[in-house]
Amino acid sequence: MKFLTALAAGLLFGAGLLVSGMTDPANVLGFLDFTGEWRPQLAFVMGAAVLTAAPSFWFVRKRRRSLLGDTVDLPDRRRIDKQLLAGATMFGVGWGLSGICPGPGLVLLASGHGMAYLFMAAVIAGMWLVQIMRNKESFR
Amino acid sequence: MIDVNSPEILRAIAGGMLIGAGTATLLLLNGRIAGVSGILGNVLRKAVGEQGWRLAFLLGLLVPALVLGTGPAQLPRHWLWAVVSGLLVGVGTQIGSGCTSGHGVCGLANLSTRSLVATLVFMMTAVLTVFVVRHGGVP
Repeated sequence: MKFLTALAAGLLFGAGLLVSGMTDPANVLGFLDFTGEWRPQLAFVMGAAVLTAAPSFWFVRKRRRSLLGDTVDLPDRRRIDKQLLAGATMFGVGWGLSGICPGPGLVLLASGHGMAYLFMAAVIAGMWLVQIMRNKESFR
Repeated sequence: MIDVNSPEILRAIAGGMLIGAGTATLLLLNGRIAGVSGILGNVLRKAVGEQGWRLAFLLGLLVPALVLGTGPAQLPRHWLWAVVSGLLVGVGTQIGSGCTSGHGVCGLANLSTRSLVATLVFMMTAVLTVFVVRHGGVP
């Protein structure tokens, strides 16, 4: 059951990325570039997604259990630390270079284009790198 | 002026609602956050027990594009940009605990100040990066 509901969630999310136009990096870069012909779509995508999802966050915060009875795993960290700022900065630079973030990056694998595979391979390598460094630190 | 009745904007709103519905589905039924970089990072970490739903979510993400095709997509022209961009996205989302979906959609919907700060930071640095690449004479 958990498998099927997660699959359904992924299907909705993936369909949304396609419909919204956010799988085309040209639309993302067009949003990030205020000097050319600005493409406002991304703001509407995020706005609509946040408004649609918000009631469910309010609901699970009160209930503390999912409808299937699972524990609810909401991030409880509140601190704005160096890690958050450094990570968000690096992500922003990477995102600005290609116009691709992890969700659309995964969806673009379906295009079969070599550049999409190269991008996602680099994303995975970057994630691994951080995880390996963190493991080393925790062993010290 | 922005024409909110243009097909692009209507598609953006409809797509955003679908993304929000997917996020709500995973949260209400599974009690989990639909942050793509977090889910991918945890799959790589081989976090105990919970791999089934994560792989199912990632598979679901891919299926619509496999069935319908991805449509036009302006990918990086040079392999070096794909690699540098991907590495920064991978490292940055792990260190900063989230991307556009985790901080930008889930975090904002959860009224998290931490995610709002992260979203503003990655938006601003992305805008700056695009400006430098397009107008700073980068080859």
